[in-house]
Amino acid sequence: MDQPRVIVIGAGPSGVRCAQTLVAAGIRPTLIEEGRRDGGQIYRRQPESFTRSYQTLYGDTASRAQSLHSDFDALKSQIDYRPETLAWNIVDRTVYAVKSGLSTPLPFDALVVCAGATDRLMPIPGWDFAGTYSLGGAQIALKAQACSIGRQVVFMGTGPLLYLVAAQYVAAGATVVAVLDTSPFTLRVGALPKLLAQPAALAKGVGLVAALKRARVPLHSGVTLIEIAGTAQDGVQGVVFEDSKGVRHRVVCDAVGLGYHLRPETQLADLARCEFEFHADRRLWMPKVDGMGRSSVKGVYLAGDSARVLGADAAEASGRLAAFAVLQDQGRTVPADQVQATERTLTRIRRFQAGLNQAFPWPHAQAAALPDHAVVCRCENVTAGELRHVVHQMGAQEANRAKAFSRVGMGRCQGRYCGVAGAEIIAQASGVPVELVGRLRGQAPIKPMTIAVEDPA
Amino acid sequence: MNARFYRLAETDRTPIELLIDGKPIFALQGDTLLVALLSGSRHVRVSEFGDTTRAGFCLMGACQDCWVWTESGDRLRACSTQAESGMSLLTSQPEGSWISPV
Amino acid sequence: MSTMDKSRYDADVVIVGGGLMGAATAFFLRQRGRSVILLERGLIGQQASGVNFGNVRRQGRFLPQLALANRSRAIWGRLPELLGEDAEFLATGHVRICYDTERLGVLEEYANAARPLGLDLEILSQQALRKRFPYFSHEAVGGSYSPIDGHANPRLAAPAFARAAVRAGARVVENTEIESVEKDGEDFRATATDGRTFRAPAMLITAGAWGGLLSEQFGEAVPMAVHGPQMSVTEPVPYAIREVCGVFTTIEREVVYCRQIPRGNVIIGGSTRGPAFPDIRRAYTVPTSTMSQMAEIRRMIPALGRLNIIRTWSGIEGYMSDGRPIMGPSGRVSGLFYAFGFCGHGFQLGPGVGDVMAELIDTGSTSTPIEPFQMARFAAPVAVAEGVDE
Repeated sequence: MDQPRVIVIGAGPSGVRCAQTLVAAGIRPTLIEEGRRDGGQIYRRQPESFTRSYQTLYGDTASRAQSLHSDFDALKSQIDYRPETLAWNIVDRTVYAVKSGLSTPLPFDALVVCAGATDRLMPIPGWDFAGTYSLGGAQIALKAQACSIGRQVVFMGTGPLLYLVAAQYVAAGATVVAVLDTSPFTLRVGALPKLLAQPAALAKGVGLVAALKRARVPLHSGVTLIEIAGTAQDGVQGVVFEDSKGVRHRVVCDAVGLGYHLRPETQLADLARCEFEFHADRRLWMPKVDGMGRSSVKGVYLAGDSARVLGADAAEASGRLAAFAVLQDQGRTVPADQVQATERTLTRIRRFQAGLNQAFPWPHAQAAALPDHAVVCRCENVTAGELRHVVHQMGAQEANRAKAFSRVGMGRCQGRYCGVAGAEIIAQASGVPVELVGRLRGQAPIKPMTIAVEDPA
Repeated sequence: MNARFYRLAETDRTPIELLIDGKPIFALQGDTLLVALLSGSRHVRVSEFGDTTRAGFCLMGACQDCWVWTESGDRLRACSTQAESGMSLLTSQPEGSWISPV
Repeated sequence: MSTMDKSRYDADVVIVGGGLMGAATAFFLRQRGRSVILLERGLIGQQASGVNFGNVRRQGRFLPQLALANRSRAIWGRLPELLGEDAEFLATGHVRICYDTERLGVLEEYANAARPLGLDLEILSQQALRKRFPYFSHEAVGGSYSPIDGHANPRLAAPAFARAAVRAGARVVENTEIESVEKDGEDFRATATDGRTFRAPAMLITAGAWGGLLSEQFGEAVPMAVHGPQMSVTEPVPYAIREVCGVFTTIEREVVYCRQIPRGNVIIGGSTRGPAFPDIRRAYTVPTSTMSQMAEIRRMIPALGRLNIIRTWSGIEGYMSDGRPIMGPSGRVSGLFYAFGFCGHGFQLGPGVGDVMAELIDTGSTSTPIEPFQMARFAAPVAVAEGVDE
């Protein structure tokens, strides 16, 4: 049988399990990874010279991390693995990948995009000061470099990652001066039925909060974040917030970790011309996929957090399912029992994740409360007031129109960190429902690419 | 202290020396360039628009906040670049030096 | 135009197509006291007008187009006074370099021919070029410099004209797709897909790459091809290149150009064009085009190789078979006018086209020669269809 050319983009949990499943079926996929090492974000590997144990790095998920890493190490010789390689464009069933300034076209019969996710951010005044990091960034500093982002850290935002990173910092000996959650505590109670779909995960979350309390870290929920105080020259100096009773507090700190769950990395799906749909429960645009990861484009599959943000276990499961979909569509048989078991796992996880989303919602109304002087687009330094100006004075009611007039989303990050909040601001300023504001699309190259790039052909 | 990141562990590594704005700083083999810079400086660049200093944000190559200038006028993304002895970086944009002959 | 029963009409002039040509004409018609409705399928300036390179240059144009280009250049300089905003127009100068002495000879001939037509160019020897613009590669053997040409922000220009037109009393109707256009007796009628109709005694078609779909409804089909320009932009870096720079060459692949804005981004265009899909209003950048563009831009200005591009984009441009736009009255139907198909070089002409078309529609003639752009040059020698007004 002719070998189909299969490309997997991303060597995180979904990409690795996808590649592994393909190899087990006798296929030798190409696996493209932008970073130096496999593992993705949550299971990010430390440099080879580091000595901390899996237990120290990954806590309760140590065995899953170990399994993923060692399975990948064993897999490497059976795949065409290309690290430090960026997929920068996709055209005519060909991935264009650049490494060390050389771009190579890689034609495919099937493409599985496992590009993961980034933190989802809601701006507040001062979030552009040096010393503000995403929750994921703070976690990477610890996990991959054994550093704390500062001497006195405040973690704020909402979502399970908020408590996970804070607890990891405490366990590693860093000083966490406060954890500030915008979601009221009562929402967790209401979400309990869904959260019970995965009792072990729920228990873990409860344990994280307990660990923080034991360490006497001040925890506040239902907060309104007012601002990150600091100076342009020296960066973060403190955080001002209102607690759930409306009392204003100021906390001294030199670093902030900020984040509100995750948002999928969808730029490659855009380049592949996948159709998108708006998910009202998360107020996020996501690429359309069927239950096994097939996108609207024949031969293009999406897995892991870049398709649906459901966490690392779901990423592994959906990576396997996407591989099964590839095999099915190539006319090969797949083990029905494994497919069904994986689908059942995902169903449970979806319910749990819906509970997390209910317990820790994206505080979209904060966008309206954002003062005009707050920076929305970090790359281009565009404020909420400037964005509102193009809505009110220039009639921009749609994300790309507002981008053309205000420059929000025109920076190096292509709107990864300003896009979702920008849409909320446009919606509130224009009175147009956020779904109709639309979304910013990924454009090639999806990350900055050197002009010195060459085509060896 | 002229640093932003604070090392919690893994300090038993080979030291390396880099230059920031012409001044030497010491980091460790295995540091990313971002970590190396922030072990001797509180910022890695200044925003092009306004005068806010920046020190990276996402550490995963997504936000593009940590692009720095080398002394020779080239560009490096600090969080995804390995720090190496002898690297020489500038935290403020060199006026016109990027246009100098290659 | 004769006096008319105004109650029959929605305006004196219906303009179909809300790009720069349509928006500028709407503005200038209002200056002349004519009422106007500007119809646009999407949002003003979203198509070629909004995604092009942003060159505001006269140098290099087909000589008979210079009168129009000069008229337009004068308006670019007056935008703050006319529109209350400048669309980021900067008269930074424009330099064309070449890689061989034969091309340099052609540049000299062009400069000599253009001077009496009101375009003053300075020819630069290799030595002068290296001294004045040291960032060009040493492969350049010389160049031609146009001091008061420059660049502007295409995303802002058409919307600025449209907003000024509205403030002056024009009616701008967006999100309105015109399905059919016809002349019924003395009246022009544009009918939208949702059934709304717009009537006027005069009609102007400025629908860009889609202009032919409308002109053919009047029996005036045009030989137009569509292409997707390949555009790239760098991250913002210190402002070091003020002039708009381009390569003068007969080899398509080598035709690249760039402009740096004061914010620091360098916008790059040219080399091989890509496909465009007017039916779905999409166009994409092509990786092989990006590669050749990067190689050729490095060839022109080597230091650009230090920078990163942060995104690319394309658009849909209409090109006439003879490389000249369609501009002027219909060859068959009185009261009907056209300004479309500007072959990727219309941005600089936009304000001038608006001013000229307004003059033409308002008074019946224009002081700026536009004969080379007549629609009638594409008239096929066929029998006149029944029912079409002459």
